[in-house]
Amino acid sequence: MNDISVSVSSATGSVPPVALPEATAKVTVRGLNFYYGEHHALKNINLTLGANRVTAFIGPSGCGKSTLLRIFNRMYDLYPGQRATGQLMLDQTNVLDPKLDLNLLRARVGMVFQKPTPFPMTIYENIAFGIRLYEKISRSEMDGRVEKALRGGALWNEVKDKLNASGLSLSGGQQQRLCIARTVAVRPEVILFDEPCSALDPISTAKIEELIQELAEDYTIAIVTHNMQQAARVSDKTAFMYLGELIEFDETSKIFTSPSDRRTQDYITGRFG
Amino acid sequence: MGSEHTAKAFDSDLQELTRLVAEMGGLAERMIVESVDALIRRDVVLSKRVVAADAEIDSLQHVIEERAVLTIARRQPMAVDLREIVGAMRVAIDIERIGDLAKNIGKRVAALESDFQPLKLIRGLEHMTDLVQSQVKSVLDAYAAHDLPAAMTVWKGDEEVDAICTSLFRELLTYMMEDPRNISFCIHLMFCAKNIERIGDHATNIAETVFYMIEGQQILDKRPKGDMTTFATTVPGN
Repeated sequence: MNDISVSVSSATGSVPPVALPEATAKVTVRGLNFYYGEHHALKNINLTLGANRVTAFIGPSGCGKSTLLRIFNRMYDLYPGQRATGQLMLDQTNVLDPKLDLNLLRARVGMVFQKPTPFPMTIYENIAFGIRLYEKISRSEMDGRVEKALRGGALWNEVKDKLNASGLSLSGGQQQRLCIARTVAVRPEVILFDEPCSALDPISTAKIEELIQELAEDYTIAIVTHNMQQAARVSDKTAFMYLGELIEFDETSKIFTSPSDRRTQDYITGRFG
Repeated sequence: MGSEHTAKAFDSDLQELTRLVAEMGGLAERMIVESVDALIRRDVVLSKRVVAADAEIDSLQHVIEERAVLTIARRQPMAVDLREIVGAMRVAIDIERIGDLAKNIGKRVAALESDFQPLKLIRGLEHMTDLVQSQVKSVLDAYAAHDLPAAMTVWKGDEEVDAICTSLFRELLTYMMEDPRNISFCIHLMFCAKNIERIGDHATNIAETVFYMIEGQQILDKRPKGDMTTFATTVPGN
């Protein structure tokens, strides 16, 4: 009578709208380790970012999620004493190759930071500046590209009549969308978001979240967030990291309703230390 | 659930929900026993008390629902916590239905004026009630203790209740054919038996909720069923 072996349907897995078909891998991480000098910050990370998918990284402060994000576009190269080993492929490109052109890599892998960082110039120039670094195009072409980028950042309707106003005159939420537009302008393949909404009010946050989901139609997206509801809302897959290790990586719907690992469960339900 | 939340108040919110469900379950168990007791002893006073007790169960269900919604809004629960809260709401709905069914038995007591009281039928009904009441008690204990094997025992143990209900049904048909004056009584008794059988079904629903709360998955298997009243017929002259 105490036999409890019954067949089950996963809380989420068998529900068609939630379970997306397996995406083709855009970024592949194999056996990745990372060191800040002596400190072993990331330990044998293996995962893939699916093309046109949103992948969220969650975990307590210091777990290595931002560190991992900064390896995707070799941001860590800016600092001495930091090194990565293992493999990180962006399509066929070895991102860790020391001979890689970092400017080209960062055009392919854009990044949006926690605090909006518009340049102290006009809204128009904030966008055009980045494009000019990579391409020589006519003024009219540039106008088109700026408009397209601002539309991509869901900002066009709010700024189309004041393109010559300073980027700094915008509200925090608008500034962040300007930064997203600036990232989109150089036509990247992957966009990394590092806590993009932590300095924003709920309305601006909702706009950015909406935007992230729209952007996933054209780009591969990775987002680091402390806001678990945000990860649950915007992402297709979620990676839980703890003390430099990747503890669990699965469909977001699975992670937030019935995670496999006890540590994931403790973290997302607020039972940590 | 193991360790505590960083926010201690969340733990007490969840404990309070479980406590309310247990309180509600205790009331429902008593209603089941008293309703059938009143029926067998034709105790109209007791039956009225059963009917009145249902209001208490209904209001407890509202309290549980409000608390659950408030906790979801306030804590944004995830994973096991979310399932715990959804589970409490689902169990409360089943208990509320159990209360309604017991109340319905209570209401029929006043309608049973006949002196006709075939002992075999009464024994059958009593036995079935004992079984169902112990199913309800076991499943509520399993819910409170997060005891999956105990819940599954309830889930698989409903077959016997169904079988008794089917045999009562057949017997009642015979009595009705024997003497049309028995019909009114027999029909009321049949509804009562069916109500008890339905209460057993709600116990299995609760077992399924316990499974979901613990495993994070729904049971796909078909539950063993023995209620054949849908197909049972008695042809005159047979």
